[in-house]
Amino acid sequence: MKVKKLLLDPVFNNNPIGLQILGICSALAVTSKLETAIVMALSVTLVTAFSNMAVSMVRNHVASSIRILVEMTIIASLVIIADQIIKAFAFDISKQLSVYVGLIITNCIVMGRAEAFALKNPPIPSFLDGIGNGLGYSFVLIVMAFIRELLGAGKLLGYQILPVYTEGGWYVPNGLFVLAPSAFFLIGFFIWIVRTFKPEQVEED
Amino acid sequence: MPSNDSTKKILLVALGVCLVCSVLVSAAAVSLHARQERNKELDKVKNILQAGDLPTKGVDVIKVFRDQVRTVVVDLEDGRMLTPDQYPAGFDPEKFNIKEIADSREYGRAIPADKDIINVQRMPRYMTLYEIIHEGRIDKVILPIYGKGLWSTLYGFIALGENLSTVRGITFYEHGETPGLGGEVDNPGWKASWKGKEAFAADGKLVLEVIKGKVDPREPGAIHQIDGLSGSTLTTRGLDAMIKFWLSEDGYGRFLNSLKEGVHHEG
Repeated sequence: MKVKKLLLDPVFNNNPIGLQILGICSALAVTSKLETAIVMALSVTLVTAFSNMAVSMVRNHVASSIRILVEMTIIASLVIIADQIIKAFAFDISKQLSVYVGLIITNCIVMGRAEAFALKNPPIPSFLDGIGNGLGYSFVLIVMAFIRELLGAGKLLGYQILPVYTEGGWYVPNGLFVLAPSAFFLIGFFIWIVRTFKPEQVEED
Repeated sequence: MPSNDSTKKILLVALGVCLVCSVLVSAAAVSLHARQERNKELDKVKNILQAGDLPTKGVDVIKVFRDQVRTVVVDLEDGRMLTPDQYPAGFDPEKFNIKEIADSREYGRAIPADKDIINVQRMPRYMTLYEIIHEGRIDKVILPIYGKGLWSTLYGFIALGENLSTVRGITFYEHGETPGLGGEVDNPGWKASWKGKEAFAADGKLVLEVIKGKVDPREPGAIHQIDGLSGSTLTTRGLDAMIKFWLSEDGYGRFLNSLKEGVHHEG
């Protein structure tokens, strides 16, 4: 029961993007295409899970004065490894993600979960918390990328779904959706919808 | 066991974490390096083949490259084609990396500011380019090109037919333009629109241009015009500048002229 809560809570009840408003920067940058969003989501999930686990493993030996440094070192190392793996096994995608894989280091979700959860909990629950928050992030990212690629380019995963007028079809792509601001609107709508159904998430003024 | 806040413990923990992390990072970097290099190499070869309209799917691209593509080194200063014994010391066309060559002191050179319409400051002096051989004859010449767009420098290839004027293909293998706008340089439809355009007028003047908006096929100059990318004025301007720079005297002009006159000697 606890495992389920750790994994699913961050997806719906305590979504890192929707409620905690973390990781917005990369959510804007990599969601113009579904493929890049999926790879990014996977990387963030794994990095968050393993950094949570590692931080949790050393949590009883780290003085609070250097804990942020230790967390950063662990996170940065994991991100470099993830970047190297993507470059080796998914070269085309790594070209599109460019700097954003490296920027996972600054993704607030990773650091935020290390601070908020891993420092106070044992390794296994921390790992699961990382996976859960990664899933929460992935969920939003993939939904946004789905909408943005479909409306912005008429494609999904690079396959033409809506026939575009430049190639003889009827669909006029909405250029706004390939630009970063559209992700802002989508996140706004997402938060609005979630809070309509879960009024307890609405902050008091 | 000393307390966590003792200097000794802090140093020990910091050292331990750094050690473990550095071992993991270097292990990943070293063990994956060969694979990454091969990816880059394959990617470049694929792009050369794409620019030259050769198949890249379902074939051994390295083999196609070996069989049908000949690597040529040109001194852009005078347009001379170099034979292997004339290569500058340490120059290896197999390892040709346009960015490194442009930046290097021996093999690259600065572009005078008034000529630098592509906004890149430096260019290679020794350029590696590719000829596609079909039935023993040069079918296409593939020229590396690059220049600034809106956000990034675009790197690509343009292929010219045997008359050294008809465009036979264009492709970009690296850029960071806005997806859906400037990023449409990757659009197959747009890339195909380059095919058959004439870079030079009958009098030898460079007339190919990337215009703002759509080309009207009824206009007499349409054969020399390429559609601009809608919604990306600056990328379009960058593309236009790249054509004007690389096909002119400042770029490949001298080499192309010497090829046309047939004064070069096969190496």
